[in-house]
Amino acid sequence: MALLQITEPGQALDPHQRKRAAGIDLGTTNSLIASYRGGELMTLPDLDGEHLLPSVVRYLSGGGIEVGKVALTNARQDSINTVSSVKRLMGRGVEDVRTLGEQLPNTFIVDEDGGMPLIEVAGGQRVSPVEVSASILKALANRAEASLAGALDGVVITVPAYFDDAQRQATKDAARLANLNVLRLLNEPTAAAVAYGLDSGAEGVVAIYDLGGGTFDISLLRLNQGVFEVLATGGDSALGGDDFDQAIAEWIISESGYTEKISVQQFRGLMTDARAIKEQLSTADSVAVNIQEQGLTYSSTLTRDAFNDLVAPLIARSVKACRRAVRDAEVALDDIFSVVLVGGSTRVPAVVDAVGQFFHCQPLNSIDPDRVVALGAAIQANVLVGNKSDDEMLLLDVLPLSLGLETIGGLAEKVIHRNTAIPVSKAQEFTTYKDGQTAMLIHVVQGERELVSDCRSLARFELRGIPPMVAGAAKIGVLFQVDADGLLSVSATELGSGVQAHVEVKPSYGLSETEITTMLKASFEYAAQDVEARSLTEARVDAERVKDAVINALSIDGERLLTLEERAAIQARIDALDAVMDSTRGRDITNHMETLAKATDEFAARRMDDSVRSALSGKSLAEVER
Amino acid sequence: MDLKQNFFELFQREPGFDVDLDLLAIQYRELQKTAHPDRFATGTDQEKRFAAQMAAKINEGYDTLKHPLKRAIYLLEQSSIQIEYNPTLDPMFLMEQIELREEMEDIGDAGEEGLPRLDEFRLKTKAVLAGLEAEFVGAYPASLGKAEQAVYKMQFIHKLLSEVKLLEEKILDY
Repeated sequence: MALLQITEPGQALDPHQRKRAAGIDLGTTNSLIASYRGGELMTLPDLDGEHLLPSVVRYLSGGGIEVGKVALTNARQDSINTVSSVKRLMGRGVEDVRTLGEQLPNTFIVDEDGGMPLIEVAGGQRVSPVEVSASILKALANRAEASLAGALDGVVITVPAYFDDAQRQATKDAARLANLNVLRLLNEPTAAAVAYGLDSGAEGVVAIYDLGGGTFDISLLRLNQGVFEVLATGGDSALGGDDFDQAIAEWIISESGYTEKISVQQFRGLMTDARAIKEQLSTADSVAVNIQEQGLTYSSTLTRDAFNDLVAPLIARSVKACRRAVRDAEVALDDIFSVVLVGGSTRVPAVVDAVGQFFHCQPLNSIDPDRVVALGAAIQANVLVGNKSDDEMLLLDVLPLSLGLETIGGLAEKVIHRNTAIPVSKAQEFTTYKDGQTAMLIHVVQGERELVSDCRSLARFELRGIPPMVAGAAKIGVLFQVDADGLLSVSATELGSGVQAHVEVKPSYGLSETEITTMLKASFEYAAQDVEARSLTEARVDAERVKDAVINALSIDGERLLTLEERAAIQARIDALDAVMDSTRGRDITNHMETLAKATDEFAARRMDDSVRSALSGKSLAEVER
Repeated sequence: MDLKQNFFELFQREPGFDVDLDLLAIQYRELQKTAHPDRFATGTDQEKRFAAQMAAKINEGYDTLKHPLKRAIYLLEQSSIQIEYNPTLDPMFLMEQIELREEMEDIGDAGEEGLPRLDEFRLKTKAVLAGLEAEFVGAYPASLGKAEQAVYKMQFIHKLLSEVKLLEEKILDY
């Protein structure tokens, strides 16, 4: 039985007020969840004490699923029904999956109309990458809810800094499907910096060097008074610890003098041997090598120096990417005061040395490099959910890849450039190409290349009903809006006539709103009235939240920012909402809630203006500078 | 919400070309601490929507005031002058530009040995830019036509500086 916990006198928080928040590192190979338990920040283990959850899901013929270690163990004998490395498929279209699919054992089904690629698994089931990720998230959430004894109020999920809109959207969809409330998608490097507490006191530029199993990422962040700005990101999507293993495996093959063709099984065995050798060399100066892989035998020793020579070209590639990122960030090497190491492959001493040498400082590696991202995400989740009231931490992110539109000739016109701070909104004007043109195809793309065909296609929509004019006379205003998670929505308006078209950019291979709802309903396996009861409860909870927020705002700023009449009008809407609160029709409650929200739009706007104004005024310059 | 407010008002400073960048950065962070959507992570949709709009405006304002060229263009816009795409420029200035470009090409042909000369070239170009900025400060707002001409020239030099950067990357094989 778990022991009852008692907090220190005077420090006790009302247990009903303290919310359960967690940080999730949804990784390619492994995933983790972290939270504060009993006041202590930790990654949460499963019942067997394992913290890392292999990001592997196996689909059984009976319709059940296995997630994590058990799925990984069974993967070899049932690879066709087992999905691993699903992160590589998130937000990816048909073409990408065709390329990636060749390396994966699964059967892919691609919709004729270019929809999201699906994976065919046992019993004829078809699952999307989003659903696979949702299963991993659910397994992590279940672990947290058991550990924290209650449902999670909110989570922060980390994504690579270079994830494009489609990949971020897919990650958020997966969280919705897992019934999780996402407080924020957080960039992995930012999370790592937060874990080291670099937000408190430190000022300057910090580098995050993340060398995982198969990918390398380098990010530069500027820290100042608790604010993190991502200055630049870079890396190599085909460089990681697996390449170190391969370098050792190839060395063994060449040294052994084995001349026959290496079979797939032999190579797989050699890679496992190589990995063990590499791991031992993290602490030992030399390791005995004794290989016996189906006819290939070799015995020798590998010293750390010899190993360092083998992997030197790989490490040099990562350093080159670092140099590039420093340049992109437009900072001097001397400005970089710290380097954080993330990813299991940074346990290799030669990596630590090379990184320290390049950045002229001792790399930070005191926190387990496999867990550091999840821990940072948990810290941020705790702040966002409201458990830390006076916290000054604010994470400012940038757009990882430029956003643009297709113009004549298949060229991509950039509307928002990469590394622009988000949230951001930007309007750009376009015009018609032909006389009498009445419709325009708006094709939204993301990427740095000049040609549309080299960029990622995010969405296409049509603006119709443009009044016929001579070519070049119509003015089409296209508005891009990117939120704090890096998610985009686009609208287009013909400025003369006011004809409008709008899309939330849902990539063509993402999930539609209806699909998500259907999946959610199916996953609950509720009877119809249960669904109704649930939506009624949700409507009430939402309405209470909006009402409380308005009442709270009124009590703080009502007298100062509103006239007597305005206050009375808002009060009338609150009373009207109260009157229907006991209704059994969710729609009634929602309607009144929306009316109240609309009636307070002006008030909310004035409050925002007021708080922004007072952020700078009322403080002397000296105070601000401090 | 008052999204029409100009960026100088938003950052509570007098409109003008001279900006203390360190102070601007501090003000930017103070503003974002108030308005960023993360402050409303558990708030209502309405709060999140307004926060996103205000945060976007603060970001745009910071970006505009931070960069000298963008700042100069913005100041002209505030004085109802729209920048032209194909302005007519002083022939003397254009001649100098052609010479500068030829010099840069020569340096590029020298490969890695040209790097020290490229550094000198960059310093020289930056000095030209500083001169143009001083020209803008002297002309704005009393003589808007002159200020506008200075901006067009600044655009040329900025383009040149970004080409210097590309050339350096090419030489160093980044």
